[in-house]
This record gives sequence, C-alpha cells and structure tokens, in this order.
Amino acid sequence: MLEHYLSIFITTVFIENIALSVFLGMCTFIAISKKIDAAFGLGVAVIAVCLITVPLNNFIFNTILKDGALAWAGLPDVNLQFVGLISYIGVIAAAVQILEMFLDRFVPALYNALGVFLPLITVNCAILGATLFMVEKDLKFGESVVYGLGAGVGWAMAIVVLAGIREKLKYSDIPDGLQGLGVTFLIVGLMSFGFMSFGGISL
Amino acid sequence: MNDSVLKTLTVSFVVCLFCSLIVSFAAVSLRDAQNLNKLNDQRIKILKTAAIYNPEESIESQFVRLTPKFVDFSNGLLLDEFEDLDLTTYDPVYFSKQADYSTPVPADLDIAIVKNKENIGKIYLLKDFNNNLEKIILPIRGYGLWGTLYGYIAIDKDLNTIRGLEFYEHKETPGLGAEVDNPKWKALWDGKKIYKDGVIEIAVIKGKVDKSNKMADYQVDGLSGATLTSRGVTNMLAFWFSESGYQETLSKINYDS
Amino acid sequence: MTVKQYKEVLTKPLLDENPITLQILGICSALAVTSNLSVTLVMCVALTSVVSFSNLFISLIRNYIPSSVRIIVQMTIIASLVIVVDELLKAYDYETSKKLSVFVGLIITNCIVMGRAEAFAMKEKPFISFIDGLGNGLGYSVILIAVAIVRELFGAGTLMGYEILPLVSNGGWYPANNLLLLPPSSFILIGLMIWGIRAYKTDQIEANEFKLSKHATAPDLTKRELNA
Repeated sequence: MLEHYLSIFITTVFIENIALSVFLGMCTFIAISKKIDAAFGLGVAVIAVCLITVPLNNFIFNTILKDGALAWAGLPDVNLQFVGLISYIGVIAAAVQILEMFLDRFVPALYNALGVFLPLITVNCAILGATLFMVEKDLKFGESVVYGLGAGVGWAMAIVVLAGIREKLKYSDIPDGLQGLGVTFLIVGLMSFGFMSFGGISL
Repeated sequence: MNDSVLKTLTVSFVVCLFCSLIVSFAAVSLRDAQNLNKLNDQRIKILKTAAIYNPEESIESQFVRLTPKFVDFSNGLLLDEFEDLDLTTYDPVYFSKQADYSTPVPADLDIAIVKNKENIGKIYLLKDFNNNLEKIILPIRGYGLWGTLYGYIAIDKDLNTIRGLEFYEHKETPGLGAEVDNPKWKALWDGKKIYKDGVIEIAVIKGKVDKSNKMADYQVDGLSGATLTSRGVTNMLAFWFSESGYQETLSKINYDS
Repeated sequence: MTVKQYKEVLTKPLLDENPITLQILGICSALAVTSNLSVTLVMCVALTSVVSFSNLFISLIRNYIPSSVRIIVQMTIIASLVIVVDELLKAYDYETSKKLSVFVGLIITNCIVMGRAEAFAMKEKPFISFIDGLGNGLGYSVILIAVAIVRELFGAGTLMGYEILPLVSNGGWYPANNLLLLPPSSFILIGLMIWGIRAYKTDQIEANEFKLSKHATAPDLTKRELNA
C-alpha cells in the first residue's frame, strides 16, 4: 500500500511534473522566479494550497458531483459534473482566503513571509490543473492527498531550480532583446526537455 | 454604499442565480448532442477497425451490422445478457475500475500492465449479408511509454488473421510513438497471423520485417524511435490473446461454428 | 470615445502590449495546445470569446459589485462562460474538445481573462471593454497561431492536417523535425519570438540589472567586476 502511494508521489513530482511536463502555473512560474527566496516562499504556499484543495475537491467530486454520487441523498440519477469547474474554483478561492486569515491569526511569521503570494495562487492554474487531473485520473481520497502533495512539491522544486539558474544568469552577457523574459523562456524550454527523460519510467 | 451586507448578499445572489441559469440551460440542452458524440466516437473507431466505415452513411445504420456480445472471462463463453448489465451501453474499461466487476491481474501475468481486468468483456461480431461470421472486433489496451493505449483489433473468421488495428486513446510522443495512428503503419497489420501451433508469435519487431523470413507473417515493422511503444503493442497483444485474455473465447467460437 | 480610440484599444495588444510576450499572461495553454493548427484555432476562438464576453458582463455590472466579493464575482462569471464554451465544444466539435481535454477548463485561471477584468473592465464602459477583450484575445491568438504554424509545418509537414511538405516516412523528401512536436519546443519558439519582437520594438527591452563593466586598460579576464 505504502509502495502504491510512494509511486504516485514520485510519478507526480518527476515524471508528470506539473510545471515542466504539463506546463501549468507558467505565468507565476516565469514572473516570480527572479530570486530564490521569493520562489521558495511561493513554492511553499503552492504546496500548502494543493495539499488542501485537491483532497477537498476529490471529496466534493466523489460525494456530490460524480455520476450517481448523490445516491446517498436519494437521487441516484443526477449527474452534476457540468458544474465541476465552478465548484473547484470556488473551493480554491475559499481555501486560499481561509488559509490567509488562519495564517494571519495564528502564524503571523509565515503569513508575513507568504502574504503577497497567497492571493496570486487563486489564479495559478497549477492548482486548478492538479484538481482537474485528479478528476481525470479518478483517484480515491487517500491517493488524492498524495497526488496533491506531489503536484505541489513538483511545482515548488521546479520554480526554485529555475530561480537558482536565473540568479546565476546575471553573470552572463545576454543580447538585449533576450534579456529577462526571452532568455527565461529558452531556459524553461531546455529544463523541460531535460524532464522528458523521465518519460518511460513506469512505477 | 456598495459594501453594505445587504447589497453584497443581493449582488452575490443575483449573479449566482443568473450564472446558474445559463450554465444549467447550456448543460441540459446540449446533453443529448454530447452523449451522441461520445457514443459515435467509439462506434466510428469500431467501424474503422472492421474496415467498413463510410463517412457518408449514418453511423447508426452501419453499426447494425455489428452484433455486440458479452464475454465471460471466467469460462470464455459468449453471452447475450449478464445480470442487469445493458449490452448496448456496457463499457468494459469503466467496469474494469469497479471493484465488484473486476479482478486484479496477478503481477507475473500482467505483461501489458492493465492492473485490473473486467470480469465481463464485450466484443463485436461482424456478419456478412448471409449472416455468416466475417470478422470479430476485440477491445484491447495496454501500457506504452507515457500511458495506456486503448484500441480495437479485428480478426478474421479463421480466428488467427488480423484484419485491422485502431487506437482511440493514447498519450504517446507525437511523431514517434504516436505513429501508431499512422495509416501506413496500421495497414501493415492486415493479414498478419497471431498464433503459430497454438503459441502467440505476433510481435512488433525492431526495424523492418524481412519478407523472406518464414516468420514474416507474424511480424510487423517497428516504429522507428519508439521502441517502448512498439514493445507495449507487442505485450498488449500477447496479453489479450493469452489465457488471461480472449484465447478461451476464441477457441469456443471455433467450436460453435 | 472616438473611432480612433477604439482602434487603438483593439490593436495595441497585438504587438505593443502583447499579453504573452510582454505582460507574461496566459502562457500555459500557449504551450500545450500548439502542436496542431486546427486545435490551436479552436482554443483561440474559445479564449477570445471568453475574455470578450467576461469583459462585457463584468463591465455591465461594475458599478454594482461590492469590492469585498469582487474576485469571486468575477470568477463566477468567468467560470460560467468557460463552462458554456466547454459544453458547446463537447456538443459540436467533440474531436477537438477531446484533444484540448482540461485546457478549456483552465481558461478560468488563464491570467489574461482575470487580468483584463481587473485592469480594464472594472473601470471602463461595456462596449470598449468588449473591444479590449477582443484585442487581447487576438494578441494571444497571434502568438499561438504563429507557434502552431511553425510546429505543425516543420514538425509534421502538414497544416490543418493537409500535407504541405511530404514526409520521408510517407515517401516524400522532407525529414520531419520531431523535436518541434514536443511541447517544450514552444518555449524555445516563444523565446525566439520575443527576441524578434524586441529587436524591432526596442522600447520593450528589459533593463539589465547587472551590467558587465568595460574592460580596464588591459583585458584582464580574472578581474571582471560587477557594476550592480
């Protein structure tokens, strides 16, 4: 059993890395990767939000939205999958808001560190993407916890690595037009080619 | 004034009401068309595998030539009904994920990495106009490089000759493994043989098939640059034509006729 | 508003303020859906209609939205539009909707939509907001279509599925560049495109935070200093 969860985790972090293999959360990935500190803070926030929202959305999907899931309420023929998107994004927005208030009240140090990044996360497609892939893979609740954690860790790892490379880049003599955004795109391209070599590993 | 509690609640309520009306209207009014698309998508692939698809004719009228049958994997028998399952809408892939209707495949037999196999399969029989069996269409699936490939294979009434192969879903690398969709490659399968003296010999080999080789009838050109996908297809066939797959069923069909 | 202003709002996002190459918005889908031109076109139409109509509706009720629930009201409207588009695609273009899979749903979190709602539609009148949405949708489409043309033509030798360059594997003369069919290649293409645009529009060049100092009298490479 443990082996099964471990294989989901490793697959999500490396083989199906949410940033470098399925390219989600790219806008923040590229915009907030100039400094390692900021990238690390954002990475931790994404891990936290993924870990909360993916299982939560899994629960909502399995008990309310799925075809026939409302059987417990005496409505076995109802299929509410078409309101899936709006429910997931609602859950994410609410979870981010609650997390923000919670941190502000109980862990002010962490709140100050993450503060600016939290609102950004609602529109980070890595979070919604993780939920949508979770639905597509039809994961069970326990698996979805591991999947959420893996998705967050994978994304965080990728952004920290990119920030590290970009910090080193300031010593390079880059052509004017490529400065900043342009060269970042090229680097991310090369990084994700690198990640393709994980393909074919089946756990 | 915009921030009073009453106003906030009213605006939220009106927006929600309005949006839910639009969304529900779209979902309900389009549902029939969507379900039809889903059904036809599969049917077209099955018709293509059987090599009788004609885009000009209605799918419905072409599909009547195919007779679906349940396959009981425990004894290989073909059935017209099983418990309360509906033969027209039964989806083996869906049921392979339902604990009550599937069995985990033992790891040493699971060469195609299907993990769970449905207890009841579904195959299609293509009959000619005199109601004689012409081809059998079998659903197959197995792991390639990036994920599971799902498809159909058509075999001749001699129960040993392949007549067509189609995949309807896969995640293989574009340009390499995804060449399983290349019509030229798919055409290579027509006429290949599966069993030789009762042993499964069909395989996708590395490189081109040497026509003078006496095994040439059992071999298909490999996909260049896609060794793992090619191996996946070989394993998939080896699994589904073995005793864990349709072998027993095929022998029973033979017996019947 | 004069006609000229409308025109400016419409055409500015095409090159001068392109959402992808300058504003860093909506990049995710630019990578995943560009290996095939016809799929890309459907995605562009879907995104452009969502961003135009979300701008229109949000602008219509902009004076009634309480600021405390602003984001969630915008999200609700955007998500509803996306669901409608998704349902329409599933009903009328099932093949493409299968290929786009979750990327239609991800339009909700496409920063272009949210960004334009927040930056433009909350302040301006409905019609001009609609035009702004249209312009930004087109700016996004221009880049996507350019990437898709390069990837499909040189990666698979086809455009919209029609054969342009006959491939060696099909008996022609063109050896396909399979690298272009892999998603990471679109990063490289967009990166080069940014370089191209900035070579022409030099005002978009980002200032170098760290400039290498000029060599002193003798070119002593061990003593390069940074001028932060």
